[in-house]
Amino acid sequence: MNRDQLMLLRRLQELQFTAIELNLYLDTHPDEKEPLMEYNRVSQQFNNLKRTYEDRYGPLMVFGHSPSQYPWQWINGPWPWEIEY
Amino acid sequence: MWIYEKKLEFPVRVTKPDVQMAKYLITQYGGPDGELSASLRYLNQRYSMPTNKAKAILTDIGTEELAHMEIIATMVYKLVKDASPEEMKRAGLGGHYAQHDHALFWVDANGVPWSAKYIAALGDPIADLHEDMAAEEKARATYEHLIHLTDDPGVIEALRFLREREVVHFQRFGETLDHVHEYLNSKKYF
Ligand SMILES: [Fe+2]
Repeated sequence: MNRDQLMLLRRLQELQFTAIELNLYLDTHPDEKEPLMEYNRVSQQFNNLKRTYEDRYGPLMVFGHSPSQYPWQWINGPWPWEIEY
Repeated sequence: MWIYEKKLEFPVRVTKPDVQMAKYLITQYGGPDGELSASLRYLNQRYSMPTNKAKAILTDIGTEELAHMEIIATMVYKLVKDASPEEMKRAGLGGHYAQHDHALFWVDANGVPWSAKYIAALGDPIADLHEDMAAEEKARATYEHLIHLTDDPGVIEALRFLREREVVHFQRFGETLDHVHEYLNSKKYF
């Protein structure tokens, strides 16, 4: 995995981590506006960057969530446990 | 339904092979306070939760625990992937090699296979949320023990991340418990 792909992946992991943290907080504080706005902002950033990543390196999710270029890109490695950070 | 996302929640960096550490770490894969137990406990208990908040938090934390299971699996995989049978034998994994070669398996640090006895479901939301809070503290303590057993900075970094997640999960379950108490009390009076 090249440097650019790895950097993009790390950025996706960071954005998603923020989203998960806010998600769990909102589950028990659904009426708070600030974290909700932050969640929506981070989700949008995450999805934009995810689209960029998937266009370059293939889908991160299948089952209808992301399209694939030809040939079917999903089967390409490295798989998550094989990546050297 | 569940969707697989082809990436880890947290990057797993392993500095050097370490079969001995893998033997200890596997308890967070298939041990009593491991991530399989955690995810199955929460995803199973959600069906008998009385409020939407409680159903949501169990669904989301249960799902995050599946991602933690993948982090542990990745650490174990990386720590043992190039080990010879002799090295596995020396680290106390000779029996594991005989039965599973380099495959992962649902066991604890002493080789005891995973059991559904590790998880409870009373159908009583107060009892179940207490169980969940205790489970988070037990997982946190186990991560602290594991941190004491390694000097690999990559492994320590991932274990610290997982330990912090248990602290956050404990907090969220505590808030959910308060909320369920309030809900049950309000039902009593009206
Ligand atoms: Fe947890």
